[in-house]
Amino acid sequence: MVELAVNLFDDAPRHELAVAALKAEARNLNFHYGGFHALKDISLPVYDHSITALIGPSGCGKSTFLRCFNRMHDLYPGNRYQGEIVLYPDNVDILAPSVDPIEVRMRISMVFQKPNPFPKSIFENVAYGLKVRGITRRDEVEAKVEEALRGAALWNEVKDRLHDLASNLSGGQQQRLCIARALAIDPELVLFDEPTSALDPIATASIEELMLELKERVAILIVTHNMQQAARVSDHTAFLYMGEVIEFNDTKKLFTMPDKKQTEDYITGRFG
Amino acid sequence: MLNPGRSRSRRLRERLIETLLFLAAASSVAITFAIVFILVKEALPLFREVPLASFLTDRQWTPLFDDAHFGIMTLIAGTATTTAVALAVAIPMGTVIAIYLSEFASFRLRETIKPILELLGAVPTVVFGYFALLVVTPLLQKLYPDLPGFNMLSAGLVMGVMIIPYVSSVSEDAMRAVPMHLREGSYAMGATRLQTAVRVVMPAAFSGLAAAYILGISRAVGETMIVAIAAGMQPNFTVNPLEPAATISAFIVQVCLGDLPHDSLGYKTIFAAGLTLMLFTLVFNILGYWLRKRFREIY
Ligand SMILES: Nc1ncnc2c1ncn2[C@@H]1O[C@H](COP(=O)(O)OP(=O)(O)OP(=O)(O)O)[C@@H](O)[C@H]1O
Ligand SMILES: [Mg+2]
Repeated sequence: MVELAVNLFDDAPRHELAVAALKAEARNLNFHYGGFHALKDISLPVYDHSITALIGPSGCGKSTFLRCFNRMHDLYPGNRYQGEIVLYPDNVDILAPSVDPIEVRMRISMVFQKPNPFPKSIFENVAYGLKVRGITRRDEVEAKVEEALRGAALWNEVKDRLHDLASNLSGGQQQRLCIARALAIDPELVLFDEPTSALDPIATASIEELMLELKERVAILIVTHNMQQAARVSDHTAFLYMGEVIEFNDTKKLFTMPDKKQTEDYITGRFG
Repeated sequence: MLNPGRSRSRRLRERLIETLLFLAAASSVAITFAIVFILVKEALPLFREVPLASFLTDRQWTPLFDDAHFGIMTLIAGTATTTAVALAVAIPMGTVIAIYLSEFASFRLRETIKPILELLGAVPTVVFGYFALLVVTPLLQKLYPDLPGFNMLSAGLVMGVMIIPYVSSVSEDAMRAVPMHLREGSYAMGATRLQTAVRVVMPAAFSGLAAAYILGISRAVGETMIVAIAAGMQPNFTVNPLEPAATISAFIVQVCLGDLPHDSLGYKTIFAAGLTLMLFTLVFNILGYWLRKRFREIY
């Protein structure tokens, strides 16, 4: 299995980034769902203009970690953060109680596992983030919507039916619409929680290709169950297990010569 | 173990249960048809004496006078006015309460408020009627001294308050049925709670909200006691809520309580009025059905 992973890389040449700047960094992050300690002392960098993948068995805390970055846990009572997530370049701790979660979500957007378009038109879906920010000038909104739809490789498919209901799109198109929605607000970091798990292989391939284009503009943090996917698209990979980071490494290194035995067991499938 | 006798008796029992259940379902359908049939049958003789055109266009409703007029529009105007006043209270209030309970209130608060709200719906309508006449009207007269003692405004306002819990509870159920992942999608875009409630949750719950509003309309159109007590029972062709007027339902009570001979024309008019009321309710139900089909939830 490790051999296989090596071949996979040899087939897919990737350009190395000269200098990797930090976009965000978790420092000694602990998270509790009420009495349940879900994340244990996680420290992890997220580099700008690159894709960081989170892998690990079901229930290890990948989604929980991802959802700390846009303070999604604030929506439910009883959740508690400790530690910091620092966002660069301005060096602010986005978990600080004084920071408004809405401000955080204006800079860090998210694409969910299941496509969740709003019961509105395609246009209104993409314009949503602009509207809630009070951007209503028609020409500005139209320009941003087109740019976001082009960015999500959906423009050509929907440009003649922007005012149709988003629910009429196929699953893969809906997910690209959700990506466009997340891009329209010019985020600095985009969080993806298993964005292709509800999609067929062709739609999955197009989303992966899209992510590779997007990293020219933004930093990406992605949760995936699919190790091939992590290997194909990401630059860095973190392996989480039971709420802890077991290993963080260059993706190529992690999938070919992991430092930790547990990582190797997991990526070779010897471990549940 | 196979016992043909047993299994035959079980089959028989099941057939019997099925038949009973069918009869129960069929009887409610049959009763509905019977009511419509009787209404139509009793109302028809009226239309032999009063042309449909004048029934629909005459601006007076004086079936009990010597100079009898049968302009149902007079009663419809009363019903429409009190209903409009009631909805102007119940729809905004009911919706706001539903938004608050479904999107803002904590679990504890919600479970405290809901039973109290439902109590509002359990107050007998006759109490609301006297409340409108003896409390609300005098209050309104302080603001507007020319207001008559019987008026549609006061009846409509109190009726609106009575309907609030119907509107809010169905609306809240509809909004709470909207899946969390839609809300999360909205919050993740940086929306506030209010933006999420108004721009995502309400459109997603559209069919349920429409159902709630239509339920409210049906209640208001059919409500009798409050308007009979507080709006006065003089038929009055007006849509000015500051005036007294009779609604369709109030007229029916008035005639039922009087001692008209069964073969009189006046007596027949209550069937025509009842039929009209039923047609309205039918239209709203069909509208509700159509809205639900057209905008059915799309999660
Ligand atoms: N709302 C919650 N309340 C309490 N515990 C929770 C809650 N959500 C998740 N958990 C627990 O936290 C742990 C981490 O969950 P999380 O959803 O982050 O896992 P995951 O790695 O994303 O798994 P999967 O791959 O199945 O999506 C699990 O043990 C889960 O049971
Ligand atoms: Mg998950």
